[in-house]
Amino acid sequence: MLADKDRIFTNLYGFQPWNLKSAQARGDWDKTRDLMSRGQDAIIEEVKASGLRGRGGAGFPTGLKWSFMPKEPRADRPSFLVINADESEPGSCKDREIIRHDPHKLIEGALIAGFAMRARAAYIYIRGEFIREAETLFAAVQEAYDAGLLGKNAAKSGYDFDVFVHRGAGAYICGEETAMIESLEGKKGQPRLKPPFPAGAGLYGCPTTVNNVESIAVVPTILRRGAPWFASFGRENNKGTKLFQISGHVERPCVVEEEMGITFRELIDRHCGGIRGGWDNLLAVIPGGSSVPLVPAAEIMDAPMDFDGLKAVGSGLGTAAAIVMDKSTDVVQAISRISYFYKHESCGQCTPCREGTGWMWRVMERLRTGDADISEIDTLFDVTKQVEGHTICALGDAAAWPIQGLIRHFRPEIERRIRENGGALEAAE
Amino acid sequence: MADAPQIPDEAETRARWGAFAWTAENAEKAKQVIARYPAGRQRSAVMPLLDLAQRQVGAETQTQGWLPVPVIEYVAAQLDMPFIRAYEVATFYTMYNLVPVGRYHVQVCGTTPCLLRGSDDVMAACKNRGMVKGKTTPDGLFTLTEVECMGTCTNAPMVQINDDNYEDLDYDSTVRLLDDLAAGKTPKAGTQNPKRHTSEPEGGPTTLKEMVKANHDYRKDW
Repeated sequence: MLADKDRIFTNLYGFQPWNLKSAQARGDWDKTRDLMSRGQDAIIEEVKASGLRGRGGAGFPTGLKWSFMPKEPRADRPSFLVINADESEPGSCKDREIIRHDPHKLIEGALIAGFAMRARAAYIYIRGEFIREAETLFAAVQEAYDAGLLGKNAAKSGYDFDVFVHRGAGAYICGEETAMIESLEGKKGQPRLKPPFPAGAGLYGCPTTVNNVESIAVVPTILRRGAPWFASFGRENNKGTKLFQISGHVERPCVVEEEMGITFRELIDRHCGGIRGGWDNLLAVIPGGSSVPLVPAAEIMDAPMDFDGLKAVGSGLGTAAAIVMDKSTDVVQAISRISYFYKHESCGQCTPCREGTGWMWRVMERLRTGDADISEIDTLFDVTKQVEGHTICALGDAAAWPIQGLIRHFRPEIERRIRENGGALEAAE
Repeated sequence: MADAPQIPDEAETRARWGAFAWTAENAEKAKQVIARYPAGRQRSAVMPLLDLAQRQVGAETQTQGWLPVPVIEYVAAQLDMPFIRAYEVATFYTMYNLVPVGRYHVQVCGTTPCLLRGSDDVMAACKNRGMVKGKTTPDGLFTLTEVECMGTCTNAPMVQINDDNYEDLDYDSTVRLLDDLAAGKTPKAGTQNPKRHTSEPEGGPTTLKEMVKANHDYRKDW
């Protein structure tokens, strides 16, 4: 098990105050200037060497992403860092804990990351529903300004850097990086076509990097303890520590920082008191937030919780938000509710997603009650394939995958409902 | 969205809200908000300003607030942007109320993680108090909305009422919560489970136990 001394987010549960004084006593903002004096390229190299992959879901190497930014930004085209705190993926609740209990890790990370990518300012885009969390973040940023850690000559490093907080207003899609940029510009949050990628033309048409809160907040600690320390956790290509969020049918749901690649069984037994009703009562798990396919009990139990380990069982790590379902779960309803979520959150820009999410949800609701024909299962699967990959952003894919996972693993259950309902089958015969 | 609320009769709202202007305090806040964005990019401030306007309307009407068309026009004019651009922002994001709401906007999360932990019971407690989804109670006290994932999944099920979250609910604690609000009391925000502090496992954390009592500095163990 990961030792407490190797946990990055020591105030994760908010037992201690979040303010600057307490954060400094825990080690934040300690000689930040010295970290920055290593130079921009050295910081990027260190982050690359640590093996840190983006914590927002896609898992793109963070250091590599930073290296796409221009080395010498033009005065009329400054670079921006946008920090994605629009945590809205069902199951995910880690960024909230960072922001409300350890905001200075994020703000210090913003300064260092912004400096490394030669950005002029960072915008932290926090989801609108995090009202109290945003209040904390505004106050923490103000504290940092008052202490000279941000603004002109930030932390006496000689570098000028601003951090601004921008509140969203309730749109899941703004977690997509180009939708977030649109929203920051005061528009509807509808994703942009790529290319151009944000590193070329992002916020206000300027070079922009969008990073998840957790990716940024771990950077100061990685620099303090060195890339080899961070890379000593987890398996090859899946390095580091990670905040796991376990919800659903476990005895004690929680957020906890653990080593990447910890097996699902160990994670649950150690921190969540086991599955409700014991391991034999486990039905399935959605291991990485609602967008990834579910995994049946037998396959997930001893799977390592990291990018490659979950890919091997046909799913993904996503945001490491495990939604656990025991055998009392109506699994068709659980997935149907996720379909409703995507119908609600589709931005309406691309037809396959706008029309498809509603269509898929309506069919899912009929499969839930069994008011369908068995052939409709294949039709539904076919439609999910038509939506997947045919939209500007990944919301279409995210809506399709949970349904594909359900059909792949629980087809007999769906067929049973249709048979028991009877009516539709007779009509077809 | 087909079930999205409609804007009430415009002549009446115009008579009531046509003269909307910032209070002195909010005018100052609006200036600070606009200053966060580069010069000439003041349109970026439309979301925070709409939120501020909704809060001012709320303060005037003793509710969570809403955005009548003349108020949206006022914000658009301040940012030098066409009304329709501000209006499409107001209609795109779900946190802007386009119809009046009650004193307390009860937003029950119904997405899968909450569903698995019993959000139906929370919803039932609201309905048994006479609330109807999408409507305001006749006494103007409660408006009930089912919302999508609020990002507190390890403390499910939950409800957000105006600015505060109430987490780890069940039927009884929801009833108590609504009773307290109706009686004008201020219930404790956050988890309603006495054995939890925030998002740690019930009964106490399995990690970082030193932090419970004191602000422990783990660096000496590095």
